[in-house]
Amino acid sequence: MHELPVTESILRIVLRHAEEARAVKVIRVSLRIGELSDVVDEWVQRYFDYLSRNTIAEGAVLRIERSPVVFRCPACAKDFPFDVKRIEDVTCPDCGGNSVEFVSGREFYVKNIEVL
Amino acid sequence: MENIRLVEIKEEILSDNRNLAREIRENLRVNRVFMLNLMSSPGAGKTSLILHTIRALKKECRIGVIEGDIDSMVDSEKVAKEGVPAVQIRTGGACHLDAPMIDKALQKTDLKNLDFLIIENVGNLVCPAEFDTGATKRAVILSVPEGDDKPLKYPLMFTICDTLVVNKIDYLNLSDFDMKALKARVLKLNPNIRIFEVSCRTGEGIPAWTQWLRAEIEASKK
Repeated sequence: MHELPVTESILRIVLRHAEEARAVKVIRVSLRIGELSDVVDEWVQRYFDYLSRNTIAEGAVLRIERSPVVFRCPACAKDFPFDVKRIEDVTCPDCGGNSVEFVSGREFYVKNIEVL
Repeated sequence: MENIRLVEIKEEILSDNRNLAREIRENLRVNRVFMLNLMSSPGAGKTSLILHTIRALKKECRIGVIEGDIDSMVDSEKVAKEGVPAVQIRTGGACHLDAPMIDKALQKTDLKNLDFLIIENVGNLVCPAEFDTGATKRAVILSVPEGDDKPLKYPLMFTICDTLVVNKIDYLNLSDFDMKALKARVLKLNPNIRIFEVSCRTGEGIPAWTQWLRAEIEASKK
């Protein structure tokens, strides 16, 4: 539901960097978004298409890379990805220990843009 | 084909919001005000918990409330009845409060005459989790009828909060809500979160919650 302000923010960042690079057109925008974020990809593209009209980013394609939720098992000193929405009990795939720590999955940034 | 160039950016999407939130937090620190961002789904008990909190603490500190609501004034009227200043933000459809909205509300607030400011965010477990408001601490309320599976469905909210208040514990006997499972799930996502079990209807557990707030308000004075 908060895709609109998020997309406004994306467009602002994209246009600022495109202008600094003296680009005439933005072809593609790559975003990195963690699995913990509830942003709906399709809506971000739709809002982007709408908001970017009459700018050099009009028509740009968004590519959203999702980074997985990662936990760490301190006993094995090992990181492992995990689908928090599907499985209830987070345990280490190696030792079965359940004193695991949350590591990442909240990424939310514009990675790069392809411009002309 | 013309030359396509790759421009590396790696910039946080909500960096503008985050930077303003940092400024707000600094402003609160300078003015020694503790601000709590209170979030939950609709009907979990945000307004009830705020009213309990005001009644417990209003004699010992100066409280203000920022009410976020999509399109009504109902909650701020209840707060005003308790004799506490309330600033209403009508988001006009937006599903969360962000730093610019709070910044605007703070301009209408006399921080020098406050110790404790409560933000009642818009009822929603998704969007408010994404936007830093500049609050000193964040709390989420989960009520027993919503179910113990909510941390699985809305994990972000439970990772960004400092405190979880489980409300409506007077319903526990009537439901299959598993408090142990809930705590295990939440603590995995966020091992440092504090958990309070309360009932706004019976008042059970409220003193432990207000004691935590008292300590936070005190800490902001230093």
